[in-house]
Amino acid sequence: MDTVNLAWLLVAIPLASATLLLLLGRASDRWGHWLGVLSSAVPAVLAIVILAEMLGVGEDQRSTRVHLFDWITAGDFTVRAGLLVDPLSITFALLITFVGTLIHIYSVGYMAQDPDRRRFFAYLNLFIAAMLLLVLGDSFALLFVGWEGVGLASYLLIGFWNQRTDYAVAAKKAFVMNRVGDMGMLVAMMAMFATFGSVDYETVFGAVEGTNEGVLTVIGLTLLLAACGKSAQVPLQAWLGDAMAGPTPVSALIHAATMVTAGVYLIVRAGAIFEAAPAAQLVVVIVGAVTLLFGAIVGTSKDDIKKALAASTMSQIGYMVLAAGLGPVGYAFAIFHLITHGFFKAGLFLGAGAVMHGMNDDVNMRQFGALRTVMRITWVTFALGWLAILGIPPFSGFWSKDLIIEAAFTGTGWQPWVFGGAALLGAGITALYMSRLYFMTFHGKARWHEPGQDGPGPEREPHEVGALMTVPMIILAAGSVGLGLVLYQGVPFLGFLESVTGTAEPAPVLPRWLLITLTLVLVVLGVLIAWRQFAVREVPLEAPRGSALTRAARQDLYGDTINETLVMRPGQVLTRTLAATDRYVVDGGVHRVAGLTEGLGQSLRRYQTGYARNYAATMLVGVIVVLVLVLATRV
Amino acid sequence: MSLTHYLVLAAILFVIGALAVLVRRNALVALMGVELMLNAGNLMLVTFARMHGGLEGQVLAFFVMVVAAAEVVIGLAIVVAIFRTRNSASIDDVDLLRN
Amino acid sequence: MNVLAQAGLEISTGETVLFWVLAPIAVLCALSLLFTRRPVRIAVAMIAVLVSLAVFYIANEAPFLGVAQIVVYTGAIMMLFLFVIMLVGVDASEARTERLPGQRLIAAGAGLGLILLLVAVGSRATLPQGQGLAAANADSNAVGVARLIFGEYVFVFELVAALLITAAVGAIILAHRERVEPKVTQADLARRRLADYASGTGSVAPRPAPGVYARHNAADMPALDAAGEPIEHSITTVLRIRGQRGEIDTDQIEQIEATADHTSTKEVDG
Repeated sequence: MDTVNLAWLLVAIPLASATLLLLLGRASDRWGHWLGVLSSAVPAVLAIVILAEMLGVGEDQRSTRVHLFDWITAGDFTVRAGLLVDPLSITFALLITFVGTLIHIYSVGYMAQDPDRRRFFAYLNLFIAAMLLLVLGDSFALLFVGWEGVGLASYLLIGFWNQRTDYAVAAKKAFVMNRVGDMGMLVAMMAMFATFGSVDYETVFGAVEGTNEGVLTVIGLTLLLAACGKSAQVPLQAWLGDAMAGPTPVSALIHAATMVTAGVYLIVRAGAIFEAAPAAQLVVVIVGAVTLLFGAIVGTSKDDIKKALAASTMSQIGYMVLAAGLGPVGYAFAIFHLITHGFFKAGLFLGAGAVMHGMNDDVNMRQFGALRTVMRITWVTFALGWLAILGIPPFSGFWSKDLIIEAAFTGTGWQPWVFGGAALLGAGITALYMSRLYFMTFHGKARWHEPGQDGPGPEREPHEVGALMTVPMIILAAGSVGLGLVLYQGVPFLGFLESVTGTAEPAPVLPRWLLITLTLVLVVLGVLIAWRQFAVREVPLEAPRGSALTRAARQDLYGDTINETLVMRPGQVLTRTLAATDRYVVDGGVHRVAGLTEGLGQSLRRYQTGYARNYAATMLVGVIVVLVLVLATRV
Repeated sequence: MSLTHYLVLAAILFVIGALAVLVRRNALVALMGVELMLNAGNLMLVTFARMHGGLEGQVLAFFVMVVAAAEVVIGLAIVVAIFRTRNSASIDDVDLLRN
Repeated sequence: MNVLAQAGLEISTGETVLFWVLAPIAVLCALSLLFTRRPVRIAVAMIAVLVSLAVFYIANEAPFLGVAQIVVYTGAIMMLFLFVIMLVGVDASEARTERLPGQRLIAAGAGLGLILLLVAVGSRATLPQGQGLAAANADSNAVGVARLIFGEYVFVFELVAALLITAAVGAIILAHRERVEPKVTQADLARRRLADYASGTGSVAPRPAPGVYARHNAADMPALDAAGEPIEHSITTVLRIRGQRGEIDTDQIEQIEATADHTSTKEVDG
């Protein structure tokens, strides 16, 4: 029997573990976290076995559909629940389980002091299960189940410390904004069902050819809306910054490495639809380009280390979305960058978590500085992640990002110049904000004072974190260093993906060496500016007022304000109007009718004396009247 | 003298019975008024039977009689039951339909 | 009425006389329903009405129904009424004042309207020629009726039987009184009496008999105590409620006292 038929265990094991941990409650407090780690590690091993098996067969046999059961049967409409194991989904499964396991291990140390650690692991396992279902499902319906599952897990984990109101509000915000995207997903599925009569990948993608382009554009745009919600792309980007309220391992796993990349997965998976709808594809590229610059600009001004990293995530996913929007030329690069990003960004987040751990959960980088002296392992691993995201060769970010920039410069007309330029500029700004973050945290002078009422408070004593936390960081740092090179040069990873994504050689409008040089020049420029500003000069404890752009960036480029003005306020006015209409018109009408009836009843009541003789008299008179009427008509 | 005289007599008796039900407060008398109305109806039925030369009217009057017997039994039982609880045979005292 | 005058059916002089004698009696007796106060008298008047109706049935060639009328109505229903009147209390005559405003006016109006209506209908109706029941009653009236009841209308008959049974059971349930306290025995009564006596509210001796000093059948006369005052509870409750207590003639009492004095004086003398 093929191991691939056991793929359902990938989802079932973490789900069972989550259920068990939640049902057992406090009884499993002592060992629950280890069960959580185990039920993330076992699927990782299983995924590796499936991958090995897949590599053993020919390229055209690597895609397997595993039928599980008939899920919805209504008349001649059937939705089958089945898994699709192919190079794309197994890549994701490996990323999720591998990084997931590392972060589980890290969390054992990170959450050691939390009385609800077991619940935390239950949610993490729930997330793993849902995310695996999302990538392994063989239909949009099953993908949607996972899609909602990760949304739920994300909500639960952002609001894990829901005793703090602002954290709970952040969780709600993420949930509601995700809902907007989910709406897009639902509409897309309805449109698919109306057009193709089915929502499973095979049928839908098989029927794309010959379908009206307008319909496909609608489906593509609604899918893009879904992707924007989940992947925090403009215009649904506002929730990601607030999502940092969750524990740092959550930020690393869900809001950097895996869940937020689900949108990229969706676009790549639905590539057949987008390729047939060039308009939708163009919108995807625009969204990606806008977001990558948006995130980068926001990242330059944040003092909160986690929010700066969140902005960076947004920007990096913008790169992936841009690549995914370019079509076959970009799909594999998007996934490639997704994988390397998953490693180095998770590493960076875990490093940030370690710093917070050492600094009494402070996140303000203006209170850090010079931490390289006391947190050596964290410093080294973080520095490797930093070099990776900068795209310095031969670190992994270089390989993947460079390919995306090349792909962005491919095409005709104005597009390569605009999108390529955006990608290039983004690389420079990335270098600026990541270096700012890095220098402010680990270099310069120590500013380790507690924030006091007036002036700095007592000095903190940062310390290195334990082995449970450093080991995952080291492994991820190793991935940040070598994964790009290994996947690009060592093993034919891109070729491995091509059986799913198709292939097209990028043909940039500028020569390749020039692009690499330009990128590196911009990156070095960014690093130098950051070095001068944040390592050489003194970093003020209070943020200076800054330019208009800085102030706007601190406010997330007024993302919340725009949402509130355009959506929330009109919505509130609408609901108030509706409520008033309901109260005064609908209820008012009902009450008036009721009042009328009551008045009528009150006046009729006088005739209901309760005396049988009165009723008898009424009856007799009535009989006489009726008789007279009947006879009168006969005369 | 004709059969119509019987009909007139029956009408008069019927009206007297109806008025008794309306005017008298003693439940027993009211019940007797009902009986009188039923009997007036019976007299008409019998007269009409004679007029039409068939026995159906008489059969119907017979059934009315039986039903009237049943009605009286129940009516009187109710009067007795009410008298036991309220110590009154007046219809006006049974006014729980009020309010 | 003119139409009927031409009826083929001949109405004998005897029947005419019978009608004109009995009809006024029936109406008069029926009017007692409206104007008599005591229920017992009304019930007796009702019996008269019902019996005269029975006679009319027989005159109308319905002898079976006439007999049934006497048996069912006067024999059973009115007797039932009398029993209930006895149970409820013969004194349960109603208050004179009408509590419902306008009820009498409405009743009068409705009665007048009904009479007018019936007369109007009767005067305009085209009634068939009276045919008589000679043919239908060929095998005697009872047999003719029985043919219909047990033939064409047998199902109705069964239904009516079921109705009667139901009514009987219903009456039993309605009149049935659940005993909520233990039955009071003779011994209990004696004990209660002694207890009352002990607490000073009763007496062990039987109540004084009425009419001790009366000179006629004096169940309605109260006994007198030693001071010459009447003892009200010596008269039966029924007479008291009816207000049929006899008036005590003070002259008589004085006479009796004088006699008693005289007797005692004689004894002293003797």
